[in-house]
Amino acid sequence: MMQKNSKIECKKTSYLTPEKKSKMLIPYAVLCELTHRCPLSCPYCSNPVQLEMKSNEVNTEIWKKALTEAVKLGILQAHFSGGEPTARKDLEVLINHASKEGLYTNLITSGVLVNEERLKKLYDSGLDHVQISIQDTDPKNSEKIAGFKGHNKKLEVCKLVRKVGLPLTINSVMHRQNLHNLKSMIELAVELDAERLEVAQVQYYGWALKNQTAFLPTRKQLDNATKVVEEARIKYKGILAIDYVVPDYYAKKPKSCMGGWGRQFLNITPAGKVLPCHAAESLTFLDFDNIKEKPLSWIWEHSQSFNRFRGTDWMPEPCRSCDRREIDWGGCRCQAFALTGNADAADPACEFSPYRNVLEEPLSKAGTDTPKFIYRKF
Amino acid sequence: MVELIKLKSDDMPKLPRHAKLRYDEARKKWIINAPERVFELDEIAAEIMQMIDGNLSINQIVDKLANKFENAPKEQISKDVIIMLQSLADKGFVIK
Ligand code: SF4
Ligand code: SF4
Repeated sequence: MMQKNSKIECKKTSYLTPEKKSKMLIPYAVLCELTHRCPLSCPYCSNPVQLEMKSNEVNTEIWKKALTEAVKLGILQAHFSGGEPTARKDLEVLINHASKEGLYTNLITSGVLVNEERLKKLYDSGLDHVQISIQDTDPKNSEKIAGFKGHNKKLEVCKLVRKVGLPLTINSVMHRQNLHNLKSMIELAVELDAERLEVAQVQYYGWALKNQTAFLPTRKQLDNATKVVEEARIKYKGILAIDYVVPDYYAKKPKSCMGGWGRQFLNITPAGKVLPCHAAESLTFLDFDNIKEKPLSWIWEHSQSFNRFRGTDWMPEPCRSCDRREIDWGGCRCQAFALTGNADAADPACEFSPYRNVLEEPLSKAGTDTPKFIYRKF
Repeated sequence: MVELIKLKSDDMPKLPRHAKLRYDEARKKWIINAPERVFELDEIAAEIMQMIDGNLSINQIVDKLANKFENAPKEQISKDVIIMLQSLADKGFVIK
């Protein structure tokens, strides 16, 4: 599944009530990673380095049960992802079940496995929204990054998504190899009649960390990209919404990862493990409970993994006494662990982090020779 | 292409297919689900959103609200309703 920025945004206008401080947190969304199978092999894939085989995948009935439990827990949206979720033949059944239970359903796909007939079936099952990843606007580069010849097929499927009447988001992971095409990516999204463009950043753990030198953009590329986005936002106001955040390494403060650990979001892996974030398995010292064994509500409230970094009690300095501790929640745990070996540390993307210097080496390499990609594979 | 619309008081607004209104038992609140976002509605917003079904004009909705909340001046209600619906329309979550 592609890299994602934080998923849920709660709009507050005078009509919309501010979030009440209640004891029991209510999650907003669940990301269902139905499978790790995928015809593509993006070198920044956020799936774990150790992929699950088909034989370990959770069956239809257990997924249905988990989705029903998700609604009871207060979850409002279900994202179906992977790997490539359309590789599962029971996708329609699961979407239909989720939709009947009242969940808002979103399909996160590379698009390469579906045709018009399948899209119609998904629409009839109650699918609400489709998100398609595009690796670059330059077909050759796009296919090089994906490790798969499917660029034109993707464009065709985007058009079919709109044809069957579904709203479309284009997700594009932007990095050193394609940032120069950001402007044409925005134009492509408009041309494909997408409502949203998500300019996602590579998050460096797992596969992406292996390929960091190839992907880390230069400061100059970024400044240029930010300008392109600002201009496009004005030009396409009301036509295309653009989600864009400056990548961590160049920011002064970290992003709030998943809206805070165990606060808004849960992720279920193809094998049924329930994670507070899709990358959490990179925290190798955590144990994750499984929907095959425990109810989702129990896992949300009581599991060791969800409580480990929930709230602010676990924080050492500088986060503990920082006035941003309930804004960014100390940043990304997976990034902190991957880069410093200390999962409790402030995210090194933070200017107050004592580990800030770990970013210096990779940043000094940004823009140097591009090494060969290490592709995602089983 | 998402059309920019300017709501007028005789328009009959409704939600597009990709914005879904429902009551959430866990939060005890009405919400609107939309791609990658959730709008939590307060009491009045929930009243309004339940009425916008493409069959009632904004004027009719205002009348109903004015009956219900007797001490609020109608002009004020009308202004508030249009502001709220327009802000959703600007994001493509209300159509007519
Ligand atoms: S390989 Fe690419 S398309 Fe497949 S799951 Fe990973 S990021 Fe998504
Ligand atoms: S010190 Fe911790 S809480 Fe403060 S900004 Fe940095 S990461 Fe966030």
